[in-house]
Amino acid sequence: MTMLEVRDLTVTYRYGGASLAAVRSVGFTLDGGEILGVAGESGSGKSTMALSLVRLLPPGAGITGQVLFHGEDLTTATWGKLRAVRWAQASLVFQGAMNALNPVRSVGEQIAEPIRLHERVDHRAIGRRVADLLDSVGVSSRRASAYPHELSGGQRQRVMIAMALACRPDLIIADEPTTALDVMVQAQILQLLTDLVAQSDIAVIMISHDLAMLADTCDRLAVMYAGRLVESGPAGQVFAEPRHPYTQALSRAFPRVGDPTSRRAPASLPGEPPALGAVGDGCAFAPRCSLVMPDCLTRDIEPWPSGPGREAACLLVLPDPAVVGEDGPRVGERHPRVGASD
Amino acid sequence: MTAPTRGRTRAEEPAGEAAAPPRYAALRRFARGYLRRPSGIVGLVMLLAFAVAALVAPSFIHPHDLDVTRASGALMAPPTGAYPLGTDENGRSVLFLVIWGARASLFIGVVATLMTVFIGGTIGLVAGHYQGRVGALLMHVTDWFIVLPSLPLAIALSVVLGQGASSIIIAIAITSWTGTARLVRAQTLAVGARPFIERGRALGASDPQIMVRHVLPSVLPLILVSSILTIGSAILAEATLTFLGLGDPTTVSWGSMLNSAFAQGAVTVGAWWYLLTPGIAILLVVMGFTLTGRAIEHVLDPRMVDRA
Amino acid sequence: MTIDRAAPAGASPTGGAAPPALEVRDLHVTFPSRRGRGPARAVDGVNLTVGAREIVALIGESGCGKSTLARALVGLVKPTSGEVLYRGTTLGYSNAALKAYRRHTQLVLQDPGGALNPRQNVFDAVAEGLRLHKDTDRLGARVHRALSQAGLRPPEQFLERYPHNLSGGQQQRVVIAGALALEPSVIVADEPVSSLDASARGEILRLFLDLRDTLDLSALVVSHDLGLAWNIADRVAVMYLGRIVEVGTVEEVLLEPKHPYTRSLLSVLPGTLSHRRPILLTGEPPDPTAIPAGCRFHPRCPAAAELAPHDPRRELCHSRALPPLTGTGRPTSVASCHLIPSPVPSPSGVG
Repeated sequence: MTMLEVRDLTVTYRYGGASLAAVRSVGFTLDGGEILGVAGESGSGKSTMALSLVRLLPPGAGITGQVLFHGEDLTTATWGKLRAVRWAQASLVFQGAMNALNPVRSVGEQIAEPIRLHERVDHRAIGRRVADLLDSVGVSSRRASAYPHELSGGQRQRVMIAMALACRPDLIIADEPTTALDVMVQAQILQLLTDLVAQSDIAVIMISHDLAMLADTCDRLAVMYAGRLVESGPAGQVFAEPRHPYTQALSRAFPRVGDPTSRRAPASLPGEPPALGAVGDGCAFAPRCSLVMPDCLTRDIEPWPSGPGREAACLLVLPDPAVVGEDGPRVGERHPRVGASD
Repeated sequence: MTAPTRGRTRAEEPAGEAAAPPRYAALRRFARGYLRRPSGIVGLVMLLAFAVAALVAPSFIHPHDLDVTRASGALMAPPTGAYPLGTDENGRSVLFLVIWGARASLFIGVVATLMTVFIGGTIGLVAGHYQGRVGALLMHVTDWFIVLPSLPLAIALSVVLGQGASSIIIAIAITSWTGTARLVRAQTLAVGARPFIERGRALGASDPQIMVRHVLPSVLPLILVSSILTIGSAILAEATLTFLGLGDPTTVSWGSMLNSAFAQGAVTVGAWWYLLTPGIAILLVVMGFTLTGRAIEHVLDPRMVDRA
Repeated sequence: MTIDRAAPAGASPTGGAAPPALEVRDLHVTFPSRRGRGPARAVDGVNLTVGAREIVALIGESGCGKSTLARALVGLVKPTSGEVLYRGTTLGYSNAALKAYRRHTQLVLQDPGGALNPRQNVFDAVAEGLRLHKDTDRLGARVHRALSQAGLRPPEQFLERYPHNLSGGQQQRVVIAGALALEPSVIVADEPVSSLDASARGEILRLFLDLRDTLDLSALVVSHDLGLAWNIADRVAVMYLGRIVEVGTVEEVLLEPKHPYTRSLLSVLPGTLSHRRPILLTGEPPDPTAIPAGCRFHPRCPAAAELAPHDPRRELCHSRALPPLTGTGRPTSVASCHLIPSPVPSPSGVG
């Protein structure tokens, strides 16, 4: 059975009488031992989507759809059940470990806390578990008595991961786990995460704005734009041969050292993503899309298969786009706007 | 990400002139924002009522109305048609007394606050901007004043300086500037660490220019709000000190009214109008200043301008 | 948009008689000790030039001193020793000299949201520099021009907006317009795109290339991202613990890196989709209050770790300090490492 299956997940905020959808009809599945990357720019709804999986959203947010975790729907689960899931089965790693750690308690105590609350094990066993956990994330177990401010940024993020692992979860949701870190420390943390997944059966959802980093780290990649999944598939393929024009533009925006086409030619995507609630009919990316067709503005866009294990929410991936209307895409007119400035 | 708003509401507004934006635009925006806050309007109306009454009081209250030897009313009489709020132990109208008392109370409150804000604001700004020895020394002095118990100090000062309005003003200012100084210093430090200060320096600003163009405008709203809130507590302090008998006995103020009501046993004889009237006046004015201060604080926050 | 954006040959700072736009010679910046630690040698002997119409990328991890070096270049930090030269003239640190220098060299900061005073609208933010210099003739027109040079067109649409009503990319353009209003000839940018979304990143980087083309600006761009160097720079300098460890043309340093540190940084660059395992550096992150003896990189150096126990070069790495790098790295890149056979330029890279 799939560990996690998300169907038609929609999150709406009520704001001043209006109801604004931050996440719209998102669906995906995730198995144990798999890393799913969720990429998107600020405002794309990626963090909201991830937090809504365990219903960690501010009051006023409404969740519809299904989040089947081990077959049980978390959107309708009782609070008791949800609490159990949050404690033991699905844990979170946030950006900015300094804020997420309690500054006046030693990191060892903080790692031990969920174990102590959740499992009936004696004091010594907890001490051993904490030491093992710290070792497994590459922090010397002697540092269990250290306080967060005595550790470097990378070590703090490792402690966060140790805390997430404390109750042997099945799923880790990591929201921008390396964003504030240096490149070298980021590489170390990512190596640690992938090694941990390879050794266990943990599933990881990794959220980041850094498509290139996700492409290197994840098995599968999902790209969000204006609350929707616009493209998903095997990570390397989605990054190297994207099918959706947004993914194409986003992927080009990451420099590839050695690629002569990007030398002295930074690629960009003009325009701004739509404001929350300002999304009308048709494709939300249409106003910025260089390949836009008349049908894009009116037709319902949904994820269509775009290759083995791949989906893209774009009319262009349909086998015969011409059937959608007489003004279908003309292949000769596809000129991705690589260098246009606004 | 979870905030359901992206402030871009001004994008659709028609483009302004090519030249500098009009000078009073900020003021107009402030007024519009303030008028959207009912509590602020209530507070302002309360303050204006007291202020107008205090200012025009000489036009309808004759000195002999307040002269104990010429007062014509019954002694300690409950409210009647001629005396809507009753009379005091000398037969004077409590209504007239409370209106006249507003003059002294508001005057002492405002002047004491101006002194407080001037001393506290200057010391806070300097201590926050020039860190190092100057700042450390100023903060030591401030800490020293903070640990002084304010009421005994004020009593001692009044004794040394003699009874009267000026000694009460000085006593209030000396005991309350520390709060303003610490507040202003904290804000100055916070502003000083913001990147736009560094950008200002890189653009060529000198220390005084940074102070005047960036630090002061960022600190001023706070000073304004804190001083409006301070007026309330200064009026309370005035009432306290005068109630304790440290004021000028010949001047009518709310504190002196409370003092004589208490001394004349208004509590025991059930002369509630004598005791409650100055008490409620103090309450309303302090509340008026608080509501106004909070409203200004809210409107001056630039991130609030485009919301609501 | 595929015009060749290479700097013209005349830009070579080694070539013609014209002095480089900006130069530092043996620069040291030491911060006094704090909280029981030793003094921090943030910049510890740096030589660097930025030629006319040249874009130089300065790359390093946090704590390597690159931001301090950037601030020393614009005169915001006074060097402990060494000198900053603008067009061959040594920068003085009197108030008047600094104020005059601000017209020539401008700073662009990392976080555009914080760099703009939230109480100033776009007009005031861009006019700020001119007003500080009491140079307000035709202020409106010059603000207009600066905004449009920075790509905010039409300018009228932005004048009365406040920073919180702008996207990150637009905010950064306002900051750049504020710098351009002073008509500088050099821009020093500290992580100008690291807080921006990927789609805005390219726009701001392209702006630097456009400004070089249209206004003959030189730029030093500080970043942690080697990819940025590939996108816009002519030359790149890699910095580690207060020193430049490798400098040269972008093509040479990025495609044939010589220094083990550069190689390691390149190997962890995401998005290359290569299957080789990244060269991860271990050990404590660099600490400018405790600079190791010998080669300052040796405690973390993968190349030094691979040396045989009795290799004589091991002793070199551990105990003999390297002199600060000199030269521009043109035409051949130079690196500060005991393990590079010879500092003499060789026709093809040594790495």
